[in-house]
Amino acid sequence: MSTASVPLGVVARRQRSYYRFIVPALIVVGAVIIFPWLFTIWMSAFDWRIGTESHFVGFDNYTALVRNQRFLEAVVRTFYFTALAVVAPLVLGTIAALIFHRQFPFRGVLRGIFIMPMMATPVAVALVWTMMFHPQQGVLNYLLSLVGLPPSLWVYSPQWVIPSLVMVEVWHWTPLVMLIVLGGLAALPTEPYESAKLDGASEWQLFRYITLPLVAPFLLVAGVIRTIDALKAFDTIYVITSGGPGTASETINLYLYLQAFAFYNIGNASAVVVIFFFIVMALALLLLYVRERTKWT
Amino acid sequence: MANDDQLKNSGQQQRRRLLQAGVGAAALGTIPGASQLAAQAQAPFDWKKFKGETIEVFLVKSPRGDLLTKYHKEFEDMTGITVGSEMIPEQQQRQKAVIEFNSGRTSFDVIAISYHVQKRQFGKNKWMEDVRPMLADKSLVDPNLDFADFAKGGLAYATQLDGRIDSLPLNLDPWVVYYNKELFDARNVTYPKTFAEMVDAAAKLNDPAKGVSGFVGRGLKNANVPVWSSFLLGYGGGFIDANGKLMTETAEAIDSAKMYQTLLAKYGPQGVAGYNWNEAQSLFAQGKAAMWLDGIGFAAPLEDPTKSRIVGKVGYGIMPAGPKLQVSAVFGDGQGISSFSKKKGPAWFYLQWASNKTNQTRILQNAAGAPVRNSAYQLAQSSGELKSPKQWVETMVASARIAQPGLPVIVPVTEFRDVFGIALTNMINGADPATELKKATAEFQPVLDKSEKA
Repeated sequence: MSTASVPLGVVARRQRSYYRFIVPALIVVGAVIIFPWLFTIWMSAFDWRIGTESHFVGFDNYTALVRNQRFLEAVVRTFYFTALAVVAPLVLGTIAALIFHRQFPFRGVLRGIFIMPMMATPVAVALVWTMMFHPQQGVLNYLLSLVGLPPSLWVYSPQWVIPSLVMVEVWHWTPLVMLIVLGGLAALPTEPYESAKLDGASEWQLFRYITLPLVAPFLLVAGVIRTIDALKAFDTIYVITSGGPGTASETINLYLYLQAFAFYNIGNASAVVVIFFFIVMALALLLLYVRERTKWT
Repeated sequence: MANDDQLKNSGQQQRRRLLQAGVGAAALGTIPGASQLAAQAQAPFDWKKFKGETIEVFLVKSPRGDLLTKYHKEFEDMTGITVGSEMIPEQQQRQKAVIEFNSGRTSFDVIAISYHVQKRQFGKNKWMEDVRPMLADKSLVDPNLDFADFAKGGLAYATQLDGRIDSLPLNLDPWVVYYNKELFDARNVTYPKTFAEMVDAAAKLNDPAKGVSGFVGRGLKNANVPVWSSFLLGYGGGFIDANGKLMTETAEAIDSAKMYQTLLAKYGPQGVAGYNWNEAQSLFAQGKAAMWLDGIGFAAPLEDPTKSRIVGKVGYGIMPAGPKLQVSAVFGDGQGISSFSKKKGPAWFYLQWASNKTNQTRILQNAAGAPVRNSAYQLAQSSGELKSPKQWVETMVASARIAQPGLPVIVPVTEFRDVFGIALTNMINGADPATELKKATAEFQPVLDKSEKA
C-alpha cells in the first residue's frame, strides 16, 4: 500500500477501503442467510420429492397447504402450545423472582438449585419426562395416587398431551424467566416504594402499580425469548410424543420435519418454512410494537 | 436426476469401451479397475486381492451393527483392506443415505439397508450396485459363500422387481407373540391358535383391577402399522393390487382393523395410543401384560434379570392363524454397495464377510437378531453358546417359514405408515375403522400414484 500524495485522494481511497471491510461480512450473510432463504423460496415453487424429477408448480404448494386440514391444525396447535408455554413460565418466573428478591436464609443456595433445570440438555430432559409420564409405571401417577387423585394419561391422551408437554417447558424454562425478572427487580429504584409506603400503599398495590410497570420491559424481553423458543420447540415434543397420539401434538415444526426428512417432500416442506417464517416475523413485530409501548417514560 | 443418470451411463459406456478383452464386459463394467480383474478372471478367489485398499461402511446403530464393528479387525486382518465405519441411529442413517445418494456422491462404499423402508426407493433409483455380475465371477466369490444357504424370504427381500440383486440379506425380523406363561397358567388359558382364540384369551386375561392388560402392542402412529398388517395378512388381505390401487378399504382390511381396535382399545393398557415398542416392552417385562405382539428381537431384554421381572416365564408363540392364512409379518435388513462407490470390489468382499456363516451365527449367539442363513441355527446350537431360549429359536424358525413382508414395497412407505398409523391411533381412541381406512386410503392413493409415475 503506497501513500497518496493528494489528500483528497487519500480520503477517497479510505472511503473505498471502508467498503472493502464489509465485503467479508456481506459474503457470509449472503451465503448463510440470504442465499438459503432465496433458495428455500425457489424450492417452494416446485413439486419435488428427493429421488424424483422436480416440476415447477408456482404457488400450488401454498394453496394446497392452506386447504390442508392437518397443516392448519398444526398451526392452531402451535399457537396453543406457544401461548401456554409463554404465559405459564412468565407468571411462575415472576412469582419466583419476587420470592428470591427478598432476603431469607440460604437464598443463594436455593436460587442455585432453582436454576438447575435450565442447564439440562433438552433431549435428556425429554427422556426423563417420558418415563415419568408413563401411565402405568410413571412416577407422576404414583404421586397423584399419594394424594388420592385418579391417574392421568398425560402425553398418552390426545386432550392432555399439549398441557403435559407445556409442563416440561415450564419446568425447564421458568428459571430463565426468573433470572431475567430478578435482574430487572435488582435495577429498580427504591424511591417510588418509599413514597408509596408513606402514602399507605398495600403490598399488592406496591406490586400492581410500581413493581409490575417497572419490570414490564424485562418481562417483555423474557416474553420475546420464550415466544421464539416455544414456537421453534421441537426436541422435547419429538422425543416425548413424536407428534402423537395421532397428530394431537403435531406442531408446525413437527409437520415440517416429517415432510422434509421422513417423506422427503422438499417442495412442500419449503412452503411450510416460508409460511412459518412469516408467522414468526408477524409475532416478532407485534412484540416489538408492544415493547415500544411498555418502555419507561 | 436425469443429468446424473446420463453422466453415470456415459461413465459406464466409457468403462465398457476400455474392456473389450472379451470376458463378460457388461458384468465387469460394474467394477472399477475391472480390466485388471478381467485378466485374472480365471484366477482363484483370494481374500487378499484388494490388499491395501480402504473402504467406508455406513451402518445402523443396532446390536448387529455393534457386532460387525466389533469384528472389523478380523476382516482387516484377513483381507488387508482397511475399514472406516460410521454407525448412527436408524432414522438419521436413512435420512443421510437419501441425501447422499441424491447428491450423486456417497461418502460410503457399503450401506446397511432396511428392506421394508428403503428397498423400493433404492431399487427404483438404482442407488445400489447389482451384485449378480460379481456373483458370477468365481475369482470374486468366496467358495464358502453358499448362496443357497440364505433363507428364501431374505433373498426375496434382496431381489428387486426387475431381478437385480443389489444387496446381501443379513437379518430377518418375523413378528411373534410374547406371552406370559404365569398369567396364562393362572387362568388356565392355553396359547391361542387362531385370531378368534387370541381375542378370547385377551378378554380372559385382561384384569384392569390388578393392572394387567390382556394384550399390548404399538399404538403410536407409524410404529403401529405392522401390528395391524400382522392381522391384515392373516385375514388374507394385502396392501396394493396389481394395478397399483390400495387394498386398504376391503372387507379384510376393515376386519383386521376392527381386531386391532378390539385388542388395543378394549384389552390394552390405558394410553396405549401413545405406546411404541419400548413402552409395550416395559409393561410386558413388568408382568403387566399377558400377550405382546412385536418383532422377534426382544428375547435378550425379556430374559435379563436386570431388565425383566418375568425371566423364565416368557412364552414365545408363533402368530396365530387368521381366518384365511397363518402369516408372520416379516421385516429385514441387509447390506449393499453404493452405485457411486469407486471401490466396489473391496466393498463386495466386505458384504461377503459380513454375511458369512460365522458372523450370522454370532448374531444368534448374542441374541442380536434372527440371521438369514439357515445354517446359523444349527451352528449356534451345536456350538453350545446359544444364549436364547429354545422355544424362541423354534418360534423364529417356524415364523420364518410363514413369513410375508409386513409393509408394502413402495417408495413412500414412511408416508404410508404415517397416514395409516394416524387412522389406527384414531381407532384406538374410538373412531370407526371403516371410516378411518376410507379417509386414509383417499389421502394416500394420490401419493402412491405420484411416486410410481415419477
